[in-house]
Amino acid sequence: MRHQAQGMKRAVAASLMLAGGLLLGSSFSATAATITIATVNNSQMVEMQKLSTQWEKETGNKINWVVLEENVLRQRVTTDIATHGGQFDILTIGSYETPIWGKQNWLVSLDGFPASYDMNDVFPSVREALSANGKLYAVPFYAESSFTYYRKDLFDKAGLTMPSQPKYDEVRTFAEKLTDRAHEQYGICLRGKPGWGENMAYLDTLVNTFGGRWFDENWKPQLNTPAWHEAVTFYIDMMHKYGPPGANSNGFNENQALFATGHCAMWIDATSGAGLLYDRKQSQVADKVAFTAAPIAKVPNGSHWFWSWALAIPESSKNVAVAKSFLQWSTSRAYIETVGKSDGWTVVPPGTRKSTYENPQYLKAAPFADFVKNAIMTADLNHPTAEKVPYTGIQYVAIPEFQAIGTTVGQMIAGALTGQMSVDDALREAQASVAATMQQAGYTQ
Amino acid sequence: MSKAPLRIAVAIAWLAALLNFFPLAWMLLASFKTEVQAIASPPLFFFLPTLDNYRGIFAQQDYASFALNSIVISLATTLLMLLLAVPAAFAMAFYPGAKTRDLLLWMLSTKMLPAVGVLVPIYLLARDLHLLDTLAALVIVNTLSNLPIAIWMLFTFFRETPKDIIEASRIDGANVLQTIFLVLLPLVLPGIASTSLLSIILCWNEAFWSLNLSAHNAAPLTAFIASFSAPQGLFWARLSAASVLAIAPILVFGWISQRQLVRGLTFGAVK
Repeated sequence: MRHQAQGMKRAVAASLMLAGGLLLGSSFSATAATITIATVNNSQMVEMQKLSTQWEKETGNKINWVVLEENVLRQRVTTDIATHGGQFDILTIGSYETPIWGKQNWLVSLDGFPASYDMNDVFPSVREALSANGKLYAVPFYAESSFTYYRKDLFDKAGLTMPSQPKYDEVRTFAEKLTDRAHEQYGICLRGKPGWGENMAYLDTLVNTFGGRWFDENWKPQLNTPAWHEAVTFYIDMMHKYGPPGANSNGFNENQALFATGHCAMWIDATSGAGLLYDRKQSQVADKVAFTAAPIAKVPNGSHWFWSWALAIPESSKNVAVAKSFLQWSTSRAYIETVGKSDGWTVVPPGTRKSTYENPQYLKAAPFADFVKNAIMTADLNHPTAEKVPYTGIQYVAIPEFQAIGTTVGQMIAGALTGQMSVDDALREAQASVAATMQQAGYTQ
Repeated sequence: MSKAPLRIAVAIAWLAALLNFFPLAWMLLASFKTEVQAIASPPLFFFLPTLDNYRGIFAQQDYASFALNSIVISLATTLLMLLLAVPAAFAMAFYPGAKTRDLLLWMLSTKMLPAVGVLVPIYLLARDLHLLDTLAALVIVNTLSNLPIAIWMLFTFFRETPKDIIEASRIDGANVLQTIFLVLLPLVLPGIASTSLLSIILCWNEAFWSLNLSAHNAAPLTAFIASFSAPQGLFWARLSAASVLAIAPILVFGWISQRQLVRGLTFGAVK
């Protein structure tokens, strides 16, 4: 028994040492010249990862990449910033979060970049979207607006002509004529997946151009109004009659896939989708796709959106100087030229610098370039609606509560799209829900 | 059992097995497709397979580092969990107090709390202890998270053991540790093995804490999968390939140990 007991003690001690060793071995700290970048997995960011080895070689610094799904990234980074966790030195964030986090002093101000960076080359509207209280809090990696994609071949075959500035009534007529359900060809593909960044991004532009708004000047919700009713009814009716089946589960990716495989005659969505649709390797309609402006219903305000993925430095970063150096490199004019030369001009980060749109090689490779530039330049975040509003943002309201209310309203409208409730009920419930949230948050009494 | 009900039972079992297996099979198929083939409508069953997705993954991410983290977290958690759960379950099974059952229920009730409810306190603790993005943080959190289940399982196995054997070993002069390790554990080895296997599987698949407490150094395979979901562009084929790579080790492990796992889980079920 004694021998067995000693053997047992040795086994327990060995187990503890193994567990301890595993734990100790895992805890190692980063060196001063190692920065951690949290980003999303899209083609431009993957390209940046690939090319960043050049920056590492030039500077001797090292980068740890943390690549996450967009919503996971947002939640993960919010937790880290709010608790001053200091896990990240550079964040990929959108034009929605940047001014909100900037106002909270969660981000390092990026004013004072060297003259060689040529900040004036960055579109002023993009800089403004990434600023708060007159300070720049993020530098744009790429920017996008929204416009209408359509199938030139189907329009020609049906004897239809897409105007340079279509009206929603015209879009509806085109959709009716181009729907051929027997051949799985749908007149119009639009986002239906619920979420503030999914169906509501598109629906906000639709409501804007129908003359609606989220809030009046006193932050009173305006969802149960004729403009919202008209816009949402128009959307649901058109999707039921001319949209693909199961549209309530279609977001940007799903619709892009439907269009790329020849199932959509028209698609109104982000300009950043153009690169893939024009790529012969990934799109079956690369030689048939055309584009025009986002449609207008009643007023032009807010009919097309603005979005930018940008790079920012959290206040909790311990490597601000190194992080700034990377930001200057990855959003510079030289970086765009490097991408153009190494991977082709169609895939360079669009929408950020004037010089990109003056480059003849880019203009030749990307037929949509001028159109995208114009859409970005005319997307007015400060005047998104016909009537006055207390907020900025076209396809979002730049307040912290919007993620929650946008997603809740998106779910109710998706419910109306699937027929679980009427438009009247959906908007009545949406109005009550948003009013309660705004009251709890202290915007209204 | 007459033949008709038996056939129905077999048919239902097959249906359930196929329903479970289909998503995995579809994922495996999709991992060998191009992105356009992966989202083709109607779905493609026959196509020319490509290894491009796997090549792309190995070029983009360091798979071995994520896999090693998953292995270390799973094994260290299971070891630590057993060191805590075995004595606890032993005490509760053989020396129960007036509140033992309440204690067991309370421990289990902690599993009913959504993990996100304690995210901020645990994040702050990890930050203050300098444990953010370390394997130690994930091992501790996973241990605490799986401990109630482990104690319950071991408690059930221990209770099946006749008390007389324990008493006899004490009369023979064994102390508590000797009783546990030399007398009890050999008797309930299938139970220990199945608890360990379950713990390894739970740790391997754990995503919430892995995504929230790790960044780069401690990121396991669940974070690896998350990195292939994209906000824009087609990604199903590559995501499927990443998922295949992430689940392959645990699937093989589960397949090898399934006899042990089933024996342990049904231990004492039929007397």
